[in-house]
Amino acid sequence: MYTETQIINNSNDELVINVGPQHPATHGVLHLVITLQGETIKKVEPHLGYIHRSIEKMCESLTYRQFICASSRMDYLSAHINNHACALTVEKGAQIEVPQRAQYIRVIMDELTRIASHELWWGAMAMDLGAFTPFFYAFREREVITEIMEETCGARLTMNYMVPGGVMTDIHPDFQKRVKEFIQLFKSKIDEYDDLVTNNIIFQNRTKGVGHLSKEDAISYGCTGAVARASGVSCDIRKLYPYDIYDKVTFNEILETAGDSFARYMIRMGEMRESIKIIEQLIDNIPEGDYQAKTKAVLKLPKGDFYTRVETARGELGVYIVSEGAATPYRIKFRSPGFSNLSALDQMARGGKIGDLMATMGTLDLVIPDIDR
Amino acid sequence: MYSLHAITHSIQDWLSARLSPVWVLMIESIIVIVLAIGLFAVLGLILVWLERKVAAHMQIRLGPNRVGPAGIFQTSADTLKLILKEGLTPDGADKFLFNFAPFVVMIVAMLALAPIAFANGFQIWDINIGVLYVSAISSLSVIGILIAGWASNNKYSLLGAMRSGAQIVSYELSAGLSILTIVVLTGSLQISDIVHAQQNGWWLFKGHIPVVIAFIIFIIAATAETNRAPFDLAEAESELTAGFHTEYSGMKFALFFLAEYINIFIVCAIGATLFLGGWMPFHIGDWAQFNHVMDYIPSSIWFFGKTFFLIFLIMWFRWTFPRLRVDQLLTLEWKYLLPISLFNLLLVTVIAIMNWHF
Amino acid sequence: MFIKEYISEIAKATKSLWTGMRLTGHYFVRPKTVITQQYPDNRDTLKMADRFRGEVIMPHDADNLHACTGCTACELACPNATIKVITKFELTPENKKKKALDTFVYHLDMCTLCGLCVDACPTGAIQMGQNFEHSVYDRSTLTKKLNKPGSKIREGVE
Repeated sequence: MYTETQIINNSNDELVINVGPQHPATHGVLHLVITLQGETIKKVEPHLGYIHRSIEKMCESLTYRQFICASSRMDYLSAHINNHACALTVEKGAQIEVPQRAQYIRVIMDELTRIASHELWWGAMAMDLGAFTPFFYAFREREVITEIMEETCGARLTMNYMVPGGVMTDIHPDFQKRVKEFIQLFKSKIDEYDDLVTNNIIFQNRTKGVGHLSKEDAISYGCTGAVARASGVSCDIRKLYPYDIYDKVTFNEILETAGDSFARYMIRMGEMRESIKIIEQLIDNIPEGDYQAKTKAVLKLPKGDFYTRVETARGELGVYIVSEGAATPYRIKFRSPGFSNLSALDQMARGGKIGDLMATMGTLDLVIPDIDR
Repeated sequence: MYSLHAITHSIQDWLSARLSPVWVLMIESIIVIVLAIGLFAVLGLILVWLERKVAAHMQIRLGPNRVGPAGIFQTSADTLKLILKEGLTPDGADKFLFNFAPFVVMIVAMLALAPIAFANGFQIWDINIGVLYVSAISSLSVIGILIAGWASNNKYSLLGAMRSGAQIVSYELSAGLSILTIVVLTGSLQISDIVHAQQNGWWLFKGHIPVVIAFIIFIIAATAETNRAPFDLAEAESELTAGFHTEYSGMKFALFFLAEYINIFIVCAIGATLFLGGWMPFHIGDWAQFNHVMDYIPSSIWFFGKTFFLIFLIMWFRWTFPRLRVDQLLTLEWKYLLPISLFNLLLVTVIAIMNWHF
Repeated sequence: MFIKEYISEIAKATKSLWTGMRLTGHYFVRPKTVITQQYPDNRDTLKMADRFRGEVIMPHDADNLHACTGCTACELACPNATIKVITKFELTPENKKKKALDTFVYHLDMCTLCGLCVDACPTGAIQMGQNFEHSVYDRSTLTKKLNKPGSKIREGVE
């Protein structure tokens, strides 16, 4: 924090502004201390911890079934994928064989969550750039997904549908029908997104060449997800280290080389289309069988440490569990994608204008509880 | 054509028969002030409601629908709330300027209302430099914004005010140049002359493509001058929270808010007067029968219809486009709008001299 | 050529802007596309999904009988100590002491509605209810007793 005298004594005509913790563009309680010269950004310093709830510590007192629902509260927009990561780690440790049917359901749900998350990001990013209408169009389609989720999982945002060994309940009888309807709807609406935002000349001018991140920087900052792929780093965990049935589906890893905000935007738009492709391949082929493997009443992981990573809507999420053989983990660490992506913000925003900072922050797709945990 | 001259003249005659000229002027001023303030209040309420409804339907929502039929009294309720709210003054603010700024913005908006012809024979002040007067007055509102931004002792406000300064100063140019095209065609700065020159057709249709270009440039510049999206950099919600009025609350904020909408009304009224004939009904050349039918629609309806059409256009922009960046805003003005409008003015001058327009 | 590029740039920009305006205009003139649900007014027609997790309920049949044995599996499964099962010992007709449910305390204010308790219940005594209108002025009213007064365990549930 800067005192008033520090600001006055600043000799280079620099202006220090606190963006946040309450600011419309930070989408949460992110606090950025930015140093300006005129409108040009000299430095961006993120201050974290406003929504730190010590989820990692909390998980140490929860059993392997219980801690999954806490992970929904990290990156709440891809809650399903977080749960999936936790469930995968427990299954890896306890060596539980997950039934095929459960794997199919999980992947379909993951991809639906990814679409829902990108939809929200699309609307929120357009809002960062001053266009309010896209937000409502995005939520119209997102609402369909949340309704599908509500029908099958019982909740709209923090589903807690994944359990070690499969999924909590079988899919709703209407599930396949409704997902197919959604695919039809979404395919007709995604062109509207292009009309409204992607091809808009103002939007393109605002994002092209803005917030550049080179491939080397993306790797050295540990960026993952769309942020790294926009800089040409191939890092899709679904492709590189397939989990569940991702090795059975065909889809493209979207890669761009420009490394600017527009490239990050195009990556996410492409990912939505790829997710649709994945769902289309799976939705009619869900095999019959159990949706949940038989597990012991009290799950215990053998002594050792276990790590899995998955591709959430924001990037690579790693779950690291150290077990002492008890019913609760000894230590848990989540490697959240948002934290690493945020750390590259300073590099990207330097030299740009305040408006560029908002555009860059929008394309980073930050979810603050994911960064702070 | 039905004219309101009869009413205004009868009031004038009735008063002058009974009172001395000073008192007549006083009473007429009071009538005008009451009418102007009443119009302000009603316009502000209607425009805010209209904006919310337009925005809602573009965003596949319903908009206000609880207070009164279709939520028409929502804005009145909001205003009542704002009146009752405490108007906070920040600790480090320049108290006098901070409280003064909303009134500057408001008074400027009120002054610009004077030469606008609302209907046939219904004009507060038919000044002979009407167009010049409006463009001069409307560029003053930036002073209010600068005062507000400076006096708030808030960095966001300061940035917003500075942006607004750069923006309004630049866009005055192309707005002025596109107004000039009509002045060149009409040969007069007086609003009533400009309206009467469009007796046989509006300038938008009579003046060929150059006037259409001037009209488009005027609409863009008007949007920028009123600080509306996509040029709302002075407020830029996602960047500067609320820009120059970040620290304002209660009725002082409401004054800024109201002034914004009044300014929209004024620039749209000017646009309607210059390009769409003001209160002049839609006439096609010498086709007397058609023109006669059009004359049956009262002139005030023509005026407000055209103005609200332009207002709708500006609202449509706001709810479709993202915001420009501050340097792109200036690029648009200096590299595109200004050269085009200069060239355009030249073209129109040639047209006017050669008498090529209809 | 410079002028040609300049003009085509403007034309392209105008076209892209017009495409966007056409889309918002399209929705503006079609009030049927409005998706707003006027919530408190549509209460009668509002139907939540069957599996929607709104609160934990304990269904009782017509004879005021429930299926809870008081095994505390739900209490153990709960991640945030939302459920407290208080048991008592009842005398069976054979004069044997048997564990039975005394009070099923449910703290709705602490519940994250994860559904683990319902998943853990061996007898299906608790379920997720679809009611979601839980806002109250007094927080203490959110601490609920789920078994109805005078209720008993259904015969045959072990």
